[in-house]
Amino acid sequence: MLRVDIAKKLGEFTLEASFSSEGRVTGLFGASGAGKTSLINIIAGLLRPDRGVVTLDGETLDDTAAGRHVPPHQRRIGYVFQDARLFPHLDVRQNLDYGRRMNRLAEDPAQHKRVIDLLDIGALLDRRPGKLSGGERQRVAFGRALLSKPRLLLLDEPLGALDEGRKLEILPYLVRLRDEAGIPMVYVSHDAAELRQLATQIVMLKGGHITAFGGVKVLTG
Amino acid sequence: MFDISPTEWTAILLSLRVATVATLIATPLGIGVAWLLARRDFWGKALVDALIYLPLVLPPVVTGYLLLLTFGKRGLVGGWLSDHLGIVFAFRWTGAALACGVMSFPLLVRPIRLSIEAVDRRLEQAASTLGAAPWRVFLTVTLPLALPGVLAGMVLGFAKAIGEFGATITFVSNIPGETQTISSAIYSLISTPAGDTAALRLVVVSIFIATAALIASELFARRATQRLHGN
Repeated sequence: MLRVDIAKKLGEFTLEASFSSEGRVTGLFGASGAGKTSLINIIAGLLRPDRGVVTLDGETLDDTAAGRHVPPHQRRIGYVFQDARLFPHLDVRQNLDYGRRMNRLAEDPAQHKRVIDLLDIGALLDRRPGKLSGGERQRVAFGRALLSKPRLLLLDEPLGALDEGRKLEILPYLVRLRDEAGIPMVYVSHDAAELRQLATQIVMLKGGHITAFGGVKVLTG
Repeated sequence: MFDISPTEWTAILLSLRVATVATLIATPLGIGVAWLLARRDFWGKALVDALIYLPLVLPPVVTGYLLLLTFGKRGLVGGWLSDHLGIVFAFRWTGAALACGVMSFPLLVRPIRLSIEAVDRRLEQAASTLGAAPWRVFLTVTLPLALPGVLAGMVLGFAKAIGEFGATITFVSNIPGETQTISSAIYSLISTPAGDTAALRLVVVSIFIATAALIASELFARRATQRLHGN
């Protein structure tokens, strides 16, 4: 279970959010500039809150009152960025293996194969990111995050940089990811239709504040 | 004309040794300093920045004299090193390497710093969310992506070290076989009657080394662009 209760001032903008989620996919919905990315950066540990608490499965990741801040590399929280962020100097195989190496996990050929099949990226393994299409790059980024065996997966508008056709190409993979990977996710989007297909729970963010929380119904309200 | 004499060979080989040692020792230090300047804010950063570039703008004879005062046998650091570790710089080739290292440091640091600054910090963030501790992010992402800049800095620093004259001759003098590099050999030859031909030979050699270094540096820069575009 993820519990967030934080405040963060970013220039003129103040982000204040408090929610806890237990669903498989928590959709973080809001217009651009609503504070969605800052909020998941705080969950990932890339940004430190000014005040508040973040806990995951009972472990305190941030507690400003106690001076506690677990750095991102010790959180075991996967992150798929809008712009994939594959390592350009490594081929796809090395990109996929990066998280396993950094976390000193044993090789797991079964999981490796499952993830590669799920995302259909077996044919790309020897290529460099520069030689991939936007959609392929994003699928590799999903794979890279999954193979680091995270406790929670953050997805920041993973389809945002793709055109309509590519989105439709990726969406089925995301549905499979949700149903088969068994990792809770926080999915950021400004696209209500996308969240209706994927999310099991919605946190609605507006101007740095949570305005609604509940099932996907809140998207229509 | 191209019959290089043993004394000239000694000077050429000494220059290569001095420049190689200076570059190899200055590089790790340069990477550290470049990283600090590119990625960290700290008190006195402007001062550190200025100190590194000082050898580039000071008269070399001033740098050489300061080295003599500091690392000479009776110098504060030189005395201690000689008494406790048996390392002597004064009038030794090691002193020439130290002078070359100091003089080439700004040229070595600059391309490394620029290439570290050019590494996308979002890639470093991605690495940390995949479980990489800061030092491993540096070794597996930052440094490999900045590597062409590191090589370019090494090449430039090496070329500068080969050509260094003023600080070296001030600090360690011009002793054939010990501290007489190509530059100081040319200097001696042109003040010797009938030394012109030999001086010209060494001039050609130094032009050759400098050109080769600049071409190598250009190739690394091109490689850098390719690498950052992920091809």
